Amino acid sequence: MVEIRGELREKGKSKLQTSLMAATGVKVYGPPLSTAVSRVLGCLLEKDVQFQLIPINLAKGEHKKPDFLKLQPFGQVPAFEDEGLSLFESRAICRYICEKYANGGNKGLYGTDFLSKASIEQWLEAEGQNFNPPSSALVFQLAFAPRMKLKQDEGVIKQNEEKLAKVLDVYEKRLGESRYLAGDEFSLVDLSHLPNAHYLVSATNRGEMFTARTNVGRWWGEISSRDSWKKVVEMQKSPPGA
Amino acid sequence: MALKVYGPVRAACPQRVLACLLEMGVEFELIRVDLDSGEHKQPDFLLRQPFGQVPAIEDGDFRLFESRAIIRYYATKYVERGTNLIGSTLEEKALVDQWLEVEAHNFNDLVYTIVLQLVVFPKMGQRGDLALVRSCEEKLEKVLDVYEERLSKSHYLAADFFSLADLSHLPAIRYLMNEAGMGHLVRNRKNVNSWWMDISSRPAWKKVMKLMD
Repeated sequence: MVEIRGELREKGKSKLQTSLMAATGVKVYGPPLSTAVSRVLGCLLEKDVQFQLIPINLAKGEHKKPDFLKLQPFGQVPAFEDEGLSLFESRAICRYICEKYANGGNKGLYGTDFLSKASIEQWLEAEGQNFNPPSSALVFQLAFAPRMKLKQDEGVIKQNEEKLAKVLDVYEKRLGESRYLAGDEFSLVDLSHLPNAHYLVSATNRGEMFTARTNVGRWWGEISSRDSWKKVVEMQKSPPGA
Repeated sequence: MALKVYGPVRAACPQRVLACLLEMGVEFELIRVDLDSGEHKQPDFLLRQPFGQVPAIEDGDFRLFESRAIIRYYATKYVERGTNLIGSTLEEKALVDQWLEVEAHNFNDLVYTIVLQLVVFPKMGQRGDLALVRSCEEKLEKVLDVYEERLSKSHYLAADFFSLADLSHLPAIRYLMNEAGMGHLVRNRKNVNSWWMDISSRPAWKKVMKLMD
């Protein structure tokens, strides 16, 4: 065994390989800066579930290496393990965490009965199908492309701004009738919006899309000040293994 | 009072719901919505579906939209009654969910873009973006390579039983192979092809096809 950056590791083995050999327990693979990874981290923290975060260096292409592809065959983050079960897709992982650890942390995160769950599923799909595509595109173009020294596409920015504005108009109406998107309690739906919205508000000059709409602004203020989300933001600022 | 499904029978998302209800043996009434005349953007419809999209359902006082939310709801509600499309253990359910998310995020958008550019726009007298189609096709090849590998180890995507994850692919693959003329993407892959032949020959899906006529 050799010591690499304060950790004992078998000589020649990467962090990922060492982790795969280690004991069971909840593991999340990926950088906390990734929106999909942070969605899972937010959920684990809301549910008070202990976990280990294993960093994956996207810049070095770790997510395309054979060891990682065994966990996530599409080469995307996050990947997740819990007691021998290997899962990917952040929203599927979140649902699993809520079901498995139903009695931990925020018990109502995935609904308290069949009907509240139906509303959560509806708005979680709305997030995935209507909010996520344009907001992801804007986050990439406005927050990440400059950092990665990639050229921005003005056409893509304009098109997605228009799409996102229409979605937020629907949210504005909905949030005038309901405290949170799925109902009157904070749920997996609101949590699922945090990663992209956070970047748009804090790392681009399009934050007004949220803050200038009365109800959306009120909602954003509430969900982004939750302790669990604040912890995720801290993790994004000082990721493990950095 | 029967469950009402609002949407045109030719559109992919309503078909996803119809296939599920037919698998579950749940009776429904199909209320056609005319997309060509913009019925889905009218105030009345926006009360049902605020994004102006199809499908939406109405079951007594209960209303729901988003096809994948609707199929999760009914597949769970009637799990004892019809085919079990969601799995029995927590682990099985998680895998079904995972592959349903894969369909929603890795597969659907690519096929949707291809069909929009190759089929829908030309029909409206507009030119499709063939470079975009080519780019989506390349990405779709890589996705289907992953499916090919997965289906070499598992009869169906999530596990060894037909689930919502497989069902969810039916409408888009049909469009891909028919109107978009890209059947080779499926036929050239042995396991994907067997899987497609299997899932598309299920009685429930054949009934959806009949409704299209």
